Amino acid sequence: MNIATKAAHIGLDRETRTGAVTVPIYQTATFRHPGLGQSTGYDYSRSGNPTRQALEEGIANLEGGCRGFAYASGMAAITSLMFLFRQGDHLVVTEDLYGGSYRLFEKIFQQFGLSFTYVDTSDITLVQEAIRPNTRALFVESLTNPLLKVADVEGLAALCKERKLLCIVDNTFLTPYLLRPLDLGADIALYSGSKYLAGHNDTVCGLVAVKDPELAEQVYFHQNGVGAVLGPQDSWLTIRGMKTLTIRMDRQQENALAIANWLTGHAGVGKVYYPGIAGHPGHHIMKSRGKGFGAMIAFEVTEPHLVNRLLLKTQLISFAESLGGVESLITFPQVQTHADIEPETLDRLGINHLLLRLSVGIEDKDDLIADLAQAFEEGEHP
Amino acid sequence: MKFATELIHGGNPIDPEHGSLSHPIYLSSTFAQRSMDHFGRYDYARSGNPTREALEEAVAKLEGGSTGLAFASGMAAITSTFLIFAPGDHLVVCEDVYGGTFRVLSTLFKGWGLQVTFVDATDKGAIAAAIRPETKALYLETPSNPLIKIIDLAAAAALAKEKGLLTIVDNTFMTPYLQRPLELGCDIVLHSGTKFLNGHSDVICGFAVTGDPELGQRLRFVQNAFGAVLGPQDCWLVLRGLKTLKVRMEESQSSAKQIVSWLQEQKAVAKVYYPGLPEHPGYQTHMAQASGPGAVLSFELKNYDITKRLLEGVKLAAFAVSLGGVESISPTPPRCPMPPCPRPSARRAASRTPW
Repeated sequence: MNIATKAAHIGLDRETRTGAVTVPIYQTATFRHPGLGQSTGYDYSRSGNPTRQALEEGIANLEGGCRGFAYASGMAAITSLMFLFRQGDHLVVTEDLYGGSYRLFEKIFQQFGLSFTYVDTSDITLVQEAIRPNTRALFVESLTNPLLKVADVEGLAALCKERKLLCIVDNTFLTPYLLRPLDLGADIALYSGSKYLAGHNDTVCGLVAVKDPELAEQVYFHQNGVGAVLGPQDSWLTIRGMKTLTIRMDRQQENALAIANWLTGHAGVGKVYYPGIAGHPGHHIMKSRGKGFGAMIAFEVTEPHLVNRLLLKTQLISFAESLGGVESLITFPQVQTHADIEPETLDRLGINHLLLRLSVGIEDKDDLIADLAQAFEEGEHP
Repeated sequence: MKFATELIHGGNPIDPEHGSLSHPIYLSSTFAQRSMDHFGRYDYARSGNPTREALEEAVAKLEGGSTGLAFASGMAAITSTFLIFAPGDHLVVCEDVYGGTFRVLSTLFKGWGLQVTFVDATDKGAIAAAIRPETKALYLETPSNPLIKIIDLAAAAALAKEKGLLTIVDNTFMTPYLQRPLELGCDIVLHSGTKFLNGHSDVICGFAVTGDPELGQRLRFVQNAFGAVLGPQDCWLVLRGLKTLKVRMEESQSSAKQIVSWLQEQKAVAKVYYPGLPEHPGYQTHMAQASGPGAVLSFELKNYDITKRLLEGVKLAAFAVSLGGVESISPTPPRCPMPPCPRPSARRAASRTPW
């Protein structure tokens, strides 16, 4: 079945009593037992809730995993997964990582005795060299934030298998529509569902899909034990958002390619990072996957004052954190999403005072380009 | 402001824009910024959401604290609180702690090197004896779940202060209406808000409250970094639930007292545990630190057949896991498909429970 069909059918056929075509919102904390030693399959909503379960089955189905999990945020999903590890364990991690993941690893889990080595995961050799005897996992962003480096997930997953490492892929920027990490050999696919999956900038949530049933049991143990679960109303909104994943993404990619091309020719723009542009180092691998290039663009402006102008003069593109929704957003990674990473590291990576990140929405592309064009022009912002 | 008024108006500043009496539900994951140098009060909803903030402030005020934080579940609040500690740190925990808390301590945090000693915390001497140089906190529940043991919070907090430890209290069973641990010298109050605070068995949520600004910052850092936050619609439901906290607690407590008297007269009942009974060993302590005995009681039946008959035969009290809602609920701790609540000896042997 095509992913568009699977997505549109999330939660369907679950409600046998009334035949409702959308899953009901089970706003309940607990469930009545039919008898002693008996259960309806649901006991307590932290442990399992039918609305959340419809979403969890939905993400598992889109990913080809055996089981899915929904969390209160993307960070709650990542934190819950970190509980799979123990003191002394080491992880190899993508270097231009989302700042929230970096903060969690360095400020909380390092204190608990985990260690992390950050490398350019678009280069398998560097990953290989970073593996130590106590390495337990690779944590990789399939398309990095904000520099849009492309990881060879298949190659990395094969390396992980050979070295007996858990391969965890943060696939937030690509979604299962553009890349299915589990099909390529990864063990866990991870999402900030707040982004493309929910897709409407209205829900904060995290999603995980796991391939192996035994690993899924462990992930479930921590989901229930730690209890960072997603509530039923947010679960329902996320299901509702996921139904339009493919059509939103199609339009967002189309818009992004047009904007990236327009930016490339603009006098006020330096480097443009977008894998859909032929010179981008990840262009070939994304092209070979044949699904498109995503809808995130990072670009450098030529003058520092242009940063302020673009952030504040754009009318349709909001200056706000987050990404992946139907509305276009612009952010300044150095001081927003990546503020928790040391300045030297940011400089080395190229996340500098000229770099802006654009999350392209589903507005008309001509309107978006016109909005950027007027923002580049001189004059007071309103 | 009196408690009943605080409940209605505390978490609910009237919306300045439209005058709405009920707080708006801000279903927004992000907030547009107007300046590059000075971000607005809200930027990303994991870090702060106006609906969640209204609830957090309301719960903080009710507990007499300055920082309140809302989490996706009681366990998320508890786990987030444990994350302020470091490997090698040691906690002294009351032995009949909630099974879910026991599970994270004995599996997850044990794996991370956080050390725990479970003690009978009704005995101040036992707490004192368990304190080591690396001890960082006492973790207490009173009345305990399910044996309704009573811990002297002021005495425990005084001991903790003397030794430079934090006192953390799970106040789920009492709510700030009946017991305010921060006023007794404790440092952090935790709640499964799923229970009495929300009170309608329709939301899973948790809270942490503290009166110490520095501790508040540490907890807020973990809340944002870990991100186990409560969604805005659930926050709104809890704000709504809080408004009836006092009337619900009073009614439930009054019913609990009557049920206790009735149970005591039944031949099939072997023992009744309720802190409102003068013969309860913790009666004096409880009535000194709380303004009522609450609405949770445990009782022992004379044999298993009667237990089974009772659970399957009750029509109004739902046989289910949880508590604190407007509906009566009767779980059986040792067999419930929930974190088991075995005796301390059995607990030491417990490893990973499947739920």
